[in-house]
Amino acid sequence: MSEIVVNAVSKTWGGVGGVDNISFKADAGTFLVLLGPSGCGKSTTLRLIAGLEEVDSGTITIGGRDVTHLSPAQRRISMVFQSYALFPHLNVAENIVFGLRVRGVGRAERDARLKKVADIVGLGHLLERKPSQLSGGQRQRVALGRAIIAEAPVCLMDEPLSNLDAKLRHEMRAEIRSLQQRLGMTMVYVTHDQTEAMTMADRVILMRDGHIEQNGAPHELYNEPASDFTARFIGTPPMNIISWQDDAMLGVRPEHISILENDGIPATVKAVEYLGADSIILCDVKGETVSVRQTGYCALPTGAQVALGWQNSHIHLFDRDSGKRRAGSALPR
Amino acid sequence: MVATVMSAAEPKAARRKAWLTNVNAWLLLLPAVVLLATFTHYPILATLYHSFFSLGRGGASHFVGLENYIYMLDDDVFRQVLRNNIVFALATVPTSIALALLMAVWVDKKMAGRSFLRLAFFTPTVLPMIAVANIWLFFYTPDYGLLDQFLKSLGFSGHNWLGDPSTVMSCLAVMVVWKEAGFFMIFYLAALQTIPPELKEAAAVEGASRWYFFRRVTLPLLMPTTLFISINALINSFKLVDQLVIMTKGGPNNASSLLLYYIYEVAFTFQDTTYAATLTVTLIAILAAVALTKFVYLDRRIHYQ
Repeated sequence: MSEIVVNAVSKTWGGVGGVDNISFKADAGTFLVLLGPSGCGKSTTLRLIAGLEEVDSGTITIGGRDVTHLSPAQRRISMVFQSYALFPHLNVAENIVFGLRVRGVGRAERDARLKKVADIVGLGHLLERKPSQLSGGQRQRVALGRAIIAEAPVCLMDEPLSNLDAKLRHEMRAEIRSLQQRLGMTMVYVTHDQTEAMTMADRVILMRDGHIEQNGAPHELYNEPASDFTARFIGTPPMNIISWQDDAMLGVRPEHISILENDGIPATVKAVEYLGADSIILCDVKGETVSVRQTGYCALPTGAQVALGWQNSHIHLFDRDSGKRRAGSALPR
Repeated sequence: MVATVMSAAEPKAARRKAWLTNVNAWLLLLPAVVLLATFTHYPILATLYHSFFSLGRGGASHFVGLENYIYMLDDDVFRQVLRNNIVFALATVPTSIALALLMAVWVDKKMAGRSFLRLAFFTPTVLPMIAVANIWLFFYTPDYGLLDQFLKSLGFSGHNWLGDPSTVMSCLAVMVVWKEAGFFMIFYLAALQTIPPELKEAAAVEGASRWYFFRRVTLPLLMPTTLFISINALINSFKLVDQLVIMTKGGPNNASSLLLYYIYEVAFTFQDTTYAATLTVTLIAILAAVALTKFVYLDRRIHYQ
């Protein structure tokens, strides 16, 4: 099977950017998301796996085979680029079978596989079109078709949905996920959008400044963030982090805070964002902003004095200097 | 009552406004129209007109129909210069394009001294043709020219390169390719830089070799540039004759003469203006045919981004 193992890999450009001694494993047939803000090294990691960049040190194996010094083609992977990288002078069919032609696959087999893939990605009626005559979503499907026709066990995706509008992005998210499960591919998917990561991934690797901040299942990143960085990155709105005693920071999710009648932490309402199903109430607590999620519509006026409270089982404590999670910080749940 | 007055006045006002807009537009076009008509359209029509008349040296010229054209087709010199020009075009256009592409692909790479190399390739373009012709005249000089000195050091004997009808065309073609290729390289370089680097990466992931990528992706994407360059090169091969004035005067025995140089000779040395007009119309027809082929036929067959 085709699991991907990245072992102690480093890559810099004259000491700038890149990744520093990262190790992780993507199990065969699973969906791994590399998540992080721009410049965190997630795209570099993907390009190292693809073989588009050479590692400075460390090894990469795919399916037990050491591919560290192999060319991209020898690694038997497929890839979807952020810009789709479609060949503008070739039509949809020619774009999809480009790799098969390179490898000299016979015409009959090429046509059969093209038909199958065109059905999967829903492009059967557009095969004669040029990329310039397609919408963004259709181009995305062509890129997807080109990636899956190779039937490579590993598929790499570099922010494939970032050029689509919100509605299309939502549709494609579900489609890519179901495609990956149907075809049993090992997928490594780069994104800066934590919603994409949470909804699609079996495992999320959150990166920051060239190293791995946390590696875990989506619910682990959400429920047990290993650092205040993870806590602030995952969730919309993110976790509230406020100063606490003993050089500690206290984190609590907006949905775990409730507005109490009395006996709470005094706060002032700064603004209310109404989202339909719920409302986000932005409050000021001693100069720090705390967001509170409340079901339904909230009629609190700006400037209202309220009291906030939460259960101790819902709090997370982080070290003020290192940002690391303090052991046993989430009290019994 | 008011409504009827309004409706009657409205179309009148609209017509007046449309008329003013038209006048405004024509006034804006006027400077360009005057320049084009005076220096391009009128001379072409006058040339066409004169080509149907006798020379009328000393007397009145009269209409002779296609007589000048029939004379032209029987003119051995015309046939030779036309043949020369076709050979010259076939020799210089593909070679300079191929060389330009080769140089562009080379200097598009990331390497030390790239800017210097680009500048070196481009230098022949900025030199005036007259200067280039004089430099190359020295290269080709029999016995003590650069070429002969070099060949002598290898043990060959001297050769009158420009004086020999069998070598003069090749010598001029080499010089023109040297002069033109750098200019076309700039266009190829610009076109190469618009090709997104991800295409190369996508092809690499699919296992395409560099040559395969060049043949199946780069070359087709450069086709608009290639077309543009080949039309320009073709037109240049008919209109660039400065070197003949300096180097050969069309000789020996018209072996290096080109159509435009022949027109110049007929018009200003032989003072046969009507025959020169006939030849000019022929030249314009050839160039118009080239341009028409581009716009009507080739443009449809090429992918523009």
